[in-house]
Amino acid sequence: MLTALTILVDGLVYSSWLFIVAVGLTLIFGVMKVLNVAHGGFYSIGAYTAAWSIGLYFEAGWAPLGSFALLILSAVVAGVVLGLALERGLLRFVYGRDEILVVLVTYAVFLILENLVLQIWGIDAYLAYQPNTLLGTTRLGGLAFSNYELMLIPLAGVVGFGLWWGLNRTRTGKILRAVIHDREMSLGMGVNVARLFTATFVIGAVLGALGGAVTAPMISVTPGIGVEVIVLAFAVVVISGLGSVPGTIIGALIVGLSRAAAVHLWPEIELFVIYAVMSAVLIMRPQGLFGRPHLRRI
Amino acid sequence: MTVPVDGTIRALALGAALLAAASFWLPDWVIFLATLIIAKALVVLGLLILWRAGLMSFGQALFYGVGAYAVGLAQLAFGLRDAFLLVLIGIVLAAAVAFVLGFLLARYRDIFFAMLSLAFSMILYGTLVKSATLGSTDGFAILQPRFLGLAPAGPAAKHDLFLLTLCLAAASAYLTHRYLGSPLGALTTAIRDNEIRVEYLGYSVERAIHVSYVIAAALAGAGGALVALAVGHIDPDATYWTSSGEFVFVTILSGAGSVLAPFIGSALFELLRAYAADYAPYSWQMILGFCLLLLILFLPQGVWSLVARLAPHRSRRTAAP
Repeated sequence: MLTALTILVDGLVYSSWLFIVAVGLTLIFGVMKVLNVAHGGFYSIGAYTAAWSIGLYFEAGWAPLGSFALLILSAVVAGVVLGLALERGLLRFVYGRDEILVVLVTYAVFLILENLVLQIWGIDAYLAYQPNTLLGTTRLGGLAFSNYELMLIPLAGVVGFGLWWGLNRTRTGKILRAVIHDREMSLGMGVNVARLFTATFVIGAVLGALGGAVTAPMISVTPGIGVEVIVLAFAVVVISGLGSVPGTIIGALIVGLSRAAAVHLWPEIELFVIYAVMSAVLIMRPQGLFGRPHLRRI
Repeated sequence: MTVPVDGTIRALALGAALLAAASFWLPDWVIFLATLIIAKALVVLGLLILWRAGLMSFGQALFYGVGAYAVGLAQLAFGLRDAFLLVLIGIVLAAAVAFVLGFLLARYRDIFFAMLSLAFSMILYGTLVKSATLGSTDGFAILQPRFLGLAPAGPAAKHDLFLLTLCLAAASAYLTHRYLGSPLGALTTAIRDNEIRVEYLGYSVERAIHVSYVIAAALAGAGGALVALAVGHIDPDATYWTSSGEFVFVTILSGAGSVLAPFIGSALFELLRAYAADYAPYSWQMILGFCLLLLILFLPQGVWSLVARLAPHRSRRTAAP
């Protein structure tokens, strides 16, 4: 019973984290059909920006609670700068090229960002544990859970709701859905597709950086943290069916809960289980759980 | 049966003979580097076949790793030391895994092919990392190989391994060239252009892709086995997605124009990495990234298109249509 509760809570925390990390990838793929490997770079730069600025913030001795606002702020700053530079400076020149080639372009950007992190912050680890310890712990059935980690669950809810609301309840969101449905026709109707693409990419980048920023207080921020995250995010996005926000919630829950179950019941298969689920879903439903099958061209 | 001889085969034979002759005078570190370059070019040669059909595997490290671990496990479990036998085991095992997975993967295209192959390679990685019997994250050491009963030591062993790698690579490149020229191999480019029309012509697209996939895996298995023997150590990093990414990088760098291209691309890549890692350890990935960007944007046919431009009479037969 206790194990079941632990698996559930751990799984929910991990799923929320996965959702925050992966949903930016989903958004960018859904709108622009770009599978963005550089998302791993956004994640690590978000984490470094947050860890570095929180270090400075606590050194200055300002009100500790302000550090949460700082986490969000660093994600926004890192995401907007990176997203704008990449989309305007590079990606808009490769739209319409072979999907695989666009993946390789973002892979190249990922390699560049990996070293950019080293150039800016060096090889030393950054610690930003303060926001995590500040919130203390909650005892559930005799086990201590970090409140900071539990807070990820409502945060994922807010991010998910915000995206749903933005896509379904605002004018821009409705136009964006028209663009997803038929890019050329929207262009013909006078929609400024280029500007929407830029905005989408920037929002996706901010979400990637946010994933890194909220992770920073839970880990020691070291070079190479983006490498592992990007395959995890891929797994979630592929399971959910490339480009579906509700699908990403389900995908994150499946991966998060199965990993938590594996960690507690059979630790040897912890890594195996994530990719086994990914393969199983792709084999059963190649288009993912929420994807629509593509028609083949003749 | 007469064997058609064209520019590619002539260049291949000449290059292999020159390298074999030169290897008797080259210093040990060059021999070692050349072994790695040629062995990794075999993996890229396999990816080239798939890339001709418009498929890019982001999990080729799966077969590279199967080849490498086959060598290690065959040594550990059965005490096998012969290099010929070990490489053969690596090839057969990789091909067998690909034969089984191929029934699934041959139905996938584009991103889905890339992602499913990535997932399979990560399954192997996840298994290796957590399995103590397979050496976990440390991997294990591989003993100096023997050659048909001979047990050379030190530099002589490295040199023998180089000659084995060279012969195997020359044979593979020749056979791949013949395969791509055969009706089944020629289908790959047709599949890339329009697979439904290929089916209307009465060919099975899935079977053509399945065959290409198994060949690519066998080549990757050979590459993995040879690298394992040359380096003398294997660990799960060989099967991680970054390892697959490197092979994809070299495929794009090389271009799909000719079976000779992977060897040129692989040499450029390993030299670039060796020197960049030496002079700029904190920015070599950045250098690789910029190179990849420039290649995709300005040289989409890879470095082979430069070679083809230098030798127009030869390129007519070998360049991809």
